[in-house]
Amino acid sequence: MVWSEEGKEIFENMIYLDNAACTRLDERVLEAMTPYFFDTYAVATSEFGYSMGIDAKEGLENSREGIASRLGADSEEMIFTSGDTESSNMALKGVAWALKEKKGKHIIVSQIEDFPVLNTAKALQKQGFDVTFLGVDGEGFADLEGLRKAITKETVLVSVQCANQEIGTAQDLKAISEICKEKDVFLHTDATHSFTRLPLNVKKLPVDLVTLSAHTIHGPRGIGALYIRKGTPITKFMDGGFQESNIRAGIENIPGAVGFATAVELVTEDENKQLESMRNRVIERALSEIPEVTLNGSRENRLPQNANMTFHYVEGESITLHMDMRGFAVSTGSACFSRSLEASHVIRGIGGDHERAHGSVRFTFGRYNRMEDADAAVDAMSEVVARLREISPLARK
Amino acid sequence: MKVEKKSEIRFPYSEKVLEHFRNPHNVGKMENPDGKGLEGSPACGDMVAVYIKVKPETKVIEDVKFESYGCASNIATGSVITDIARGKTLEEAKKITWKQASEELGGLPPIKAHCSVLAVEGLRAAIRDYEEKHGLVTEKEPTTEEVVRRRLKHVMNPLTGLDIIRTDLILKITVVDGTVRVVVDLPSDHQFASAIKEDIMEKLGSLWDVKSVEVVFTA
Repeated sequence: MVWSEEGKEIFENMIYLDNAACTRLDERVLEAMTPYFFDTYAVATSEFGYSMGIDAKEGLENSREGIASRLGADSEEMIFTSGDTESSNMALKGVAWALKEKKGKHIIVSQIEDFPVLNTAKALQKQGFDVTFLGVDGEGFADLEGLRKAITKETVLVSVQCANQEIGTAQDLKAISEICKEKDVFLHTDATHSFTRLPLNVKKLPVDLVTLSAHTIHGPRGIGALYIRKGTPITKFMDGGFQESNIRAGIENIPGAVGFATAVELVTEDENKQLESMRNRVIERALSEIPEVTLNGSRENRLPQNANMTFHYVEGESITLHMDMRGFAVSTGSACFSRSLEASHVIRGIGGDHERAHGSVRFTFGRYNRMEDADAAVDAMSEVVARLREISPLARK
Repeated sequence: MKVEKKSEIRFPYSEKVLEHFRNPHNVGKMENPDGKGLEGSPACGDMVAVYIKVKPETKVIEDVKFESYGCASNIATGSVITDIARGKTLEEAKKITWKQASEELGGLPPIKAHCSVLAVEGLRAAIRDYEEKHGLVTEKEPTTEEVVRRRLKHVMNPLTGLDIIRTDLILKITVVDGTVRVVVDLPSDHQFASAIKEDIMEKLGSLWDVKSVEVVFTA
């Protein structure tokens, strides 16, 4: 840490551990995108269009194919969107609207879904749909028996995420998809945080819709995709042109698509292993070196890049502020930190009380983190937590 | 991740708040306090304990300490409010307001108002505790609509940083057989609906003759 002339603290190195929120763009991604801003900047035209448009179309389609193949999908099953929020809106509203007259008005979503799914489900509720918010256990795993029982003849869609945005728990999608198959219900999964980090192959797993986004894997913001299995009924929810197989209107974000495809290509298994070792280091050291710490989520089945723990008797916003002053960016499930002043619905969903949510801190790793960052974060946390516990009326002293 | 470019930290708080947050004054538990107040709960996200030592002859607060389980504005307000209270008589200290603390701190973000109000209430609760223990309070006031209204002046509307009474968020208050019913002029899915509800429950649930609290939203 150094001091500026005005006496404010300045860090030469900020250690960014909030990669679940957004990631730094990889230069190679930018490099791949650049020609589509300055050289091949035309809209995608049909093969009967002009040359620049045909080139642009090729860039778009190659990107689509690259992303699709990583998921085991055919490229015509991939629809580009503006990100995971749009993808999940499209999936839930699209299928619900397509089937409300033919089949029924019931959908099921897990109660720890991220806001794109959760709040779309609530919006559908206002439109007269019946929504079941499926419970989860103490580690965040969806209640499979509950799911089986909740599905009725009226159920048109089940949506359970691949892995949780906050606590990192990776669902047993195999079991979930088998139940849905058996009951003949469409299944959507939000893979925003797990795509390329955890295996998912739609050839092997009968999921019907998958939400993807580039911003979590060092790709650009504002581009995502929805995988829609052939034969899945879907109503177009945004009106306009006939782009994206007449499912998603609007001029295609070709530089974004190229960036997304490049970002997907750049994620390797070696990198995932590195992230996992940093995650493990933070979890193991924090649990053993700092008293009264609880891991949130599953120890075994979790995102390789995610560590989330509750540091009891202290409040998350104070932790993040102290960490920020020490040069670390981390996030918390505390009400004070959130825009709605509400404690994390995820920690509450896994049966945690408010105190567990308020003291929860999430560390998410990315390509630009090194093992030293994980160690430095635990060292800083150790100091910050001790300091805040000294002034906390809840701490046992 | 290492950012090559130097990045300056930016906070939503004033320098003064940060200074009190970093090095809070008067923190810690007090052994054998003359008065003790505890406000808030882990549920509302913040909790403050205030301890006072009072000189019996003059009723002057000789020493005051606080503990906080809360965010930066909560800690900073606790620090500044205990500074202000020290050396004041109980009557003077009762009059210390959140606004005074906020001004002393160079302003607080409106959305954080309810966290910092707690410190002021903690001090008042400690004074009340002292008065009750020393026979300075004779009878308990029964809860009426007016009492509820007064209590709700301490619930903040995060949209404005002003209380929910002043911002006309309360449509109706009824008190029947220990059950208080409050109608709030907000839809139940409003961004701050559950935060406001929790705060109201908190403020009214602690009244001595209140058995249950019902918070109703308009839509």
